[in-house]
Parts: sequence; structure tokens; C-alpha cells
Amino acid sequence: MQDDLPGPHHDWLDSDAGPVVRPYMMTGGRVRPAIGGFDLVAFVVAAVPSGDSRADPLQPEHRQILRLSQEPISVAEVASYLDLPLGVVRILLADLLTADLIAMHEPSSAPSFPEDDILKAVVNGLRAL
Amino acid sequence: MDSVRSDRDSSAQRIPLALKILVAGGFGAGKTTLVGAVSEIKPLQTEEILTDAGVGTDDLVGVESKTTTTVAMDFGRISINEDLQVYLFGTPGQDRFWFLWDELAFGALGAVVLADTRRLADCFPSVDYFERRGTPFVVGVNCFEGAQQFSPASVRVALDLDPDVPVVLCDARSRQSGKGVLVSLVEHVAARRGVPVSAN
Repeated sequence: MQDDLPGPHHDWLDSDAGPVVRPYMMTGGRVRPAIGGFDLVAFVVAAVPSGDSRADPLQPEHRQILRLSQEPISVAEVASYLDLPLGVVRILLADLLTADLIAMHEPSSAPSFPEDDILKAVVNGLRAL
Repeated sequence: MDSVRSDRDSSAQRIPLALKILVAGGFGAGKTTLVGAVSEIKPLQTEEILTDAGVGTDDLVGVESKTTTTVAMDFGRISINEDLQVYLFGTPGQDRFWFLWDELAFGALGAVVLADTRRLADCFPSVDYFERRGTPFVVGVNCFEGAQQFSPASVRVALDLDPDVPVVLCDARSRQSGKGVLVSLVEHVAARRGVPVSAN
């Protein structure tokens, strides 16, 4: 993200210098998403193709999320690939969700979750790895 | 859970089911190493910036002078099959980040508490936390080279664990060993529900 710094070359600013703006600049100073959810293992799926014109008015970070989520991807992975704090990513996701550009799939929180056959599949799967 | 996951029309992509496992333990107990050893992807880091800015306001006026802290959480992923993924989250080591644990532990299948027998007391807070929350956990005794080897039984006594909590010796650097710890955890979760899966 910080590899292609805009503007004229500056001796003190290169990719090692880190981001040139503080993370919450990207959210316009907002520290809470407008809507809740966005568990670490919730999945994000783009509702529009990457490069869709409806994403044009958005920030580069929003469009990057749309690119990443063409296949279902977890919130944790989005935050990691964007190299942005989770709190920032959740606000960007809320923007996209509000604009109907992504769909969110939150994990189940049912008390008996997951079902017993899933546990069996996990044990067998781990053993077979 | 199908009703939660399959609420899109049939043309939609299938959403994998994600299970969350926490890897806890004291600083230097091998959390990051274990996550890296079993993950199919290069361990990724996600960060949370903490600020003491007031909650409930979207206004950051006056926040400039407040301190911020960045907490990194490691995570890795294991795909069991197309529809089932296990996510491993290494918990932030410092005690003052306990509140982040609540989010991590929410909906988690269970936890691995890594113990370093040279500093066994470092994992007391993790054990306490999961006991209090009722989160199923296993204790993995990370066998560091040069450290005196203790039997699982003596570690159990030292940690004052409930008799049903599994204690396993492991090498956090080894994929096989790490997988073994995860298998014990999932078997423990199943056993707590009265549906053992170990017969397979």
C-alpha cells in the first residue's frame, strides 16, 4: 500500500517509513462502523465485479476489498492483506455493505455449534493432513 | 448452521464454515510458532489500534494527544475441505489486552494453552480465563530444547487443572506435533458434549 507513495519523491519517505497517514484518516475519523457484526471469521463476498463503476466514488481501500472478495474471504484475511487495523477494515466493510456492494456471512453463534459430524470431519481432516 | 450460511440464492458462491481456535500462553511460549507450523498459509497478522478515545462518538477532536497502541494477532488457516476451514488465532500476550480476548473467544471452538515448563506460571492467566469462560481447552507443553522435561501429570498438578482437561507434550515447531495438539482439542470438545469422535 505504501509502496507507491503519491507526490514528489521525498528523501525521508519510502516504503520503510510506513504509512504517511494515520489509519483512521481512511475512515474520515470514524472509529466505529455504522453497523455491527464483522466477526474475524465472518466471510465477505463482493456483490459486484471487481472494477464495477459503482465502486468508482469510493476510496482505493474499498476497491481493494472488492477485488479481494470476489471469492469468499474472511474479515481477518482482508485486514491482513490490506495491512490495516481491524477497526479500520470494519468501517470500510460497513461502507461497502451499506452501499450493497458486498454481502456478509457472519458465523453462527448457536450454543451447540458446531454440529457433532463437523467435529468428526475436523478430527479426520486434521489427521489426514 | 446451514440456514445461516446458505441464505444466498443457489447461484451464489458457497461460503465455507469457519471454526475458530485460539492459541494462548505466556510470552515466548511458542504461540506464533505453533500457528505457523500448522497453517497452510503464511501466518498473517492483523492489527488493532487501541485508543482511549471515547466510545460512542465519531468525533476525534481532542484525540490527537491520546496514546495509541497497536496489538498484533497472528492467525493461520487450515482447510479441512472446500466447505470447512479452521482459523487459528494467537492471542495477544500482554495481560492488558484481555478485552480483545473476549472478541477472539466469542464463538470459538476451543483453545490451546501453550505452557513453557521453565515459566509455567506464565500460562496461569490463560488457564484461568478459559476456565472462567467455560471455553474448552487443552494444555500443550511445549518441549523446549534444554528445558527439563516434565511429565504431563506433573504439569497437570502444577496448573491445578480439572481432571478432564487434556495435557499433551508437543513441539510447537513441528507440523505433526501441532496437528496432534489440535486433534486432542477437537476430541476434547466432542467428549465434553458426550459424543466422542476418537473412535474413528
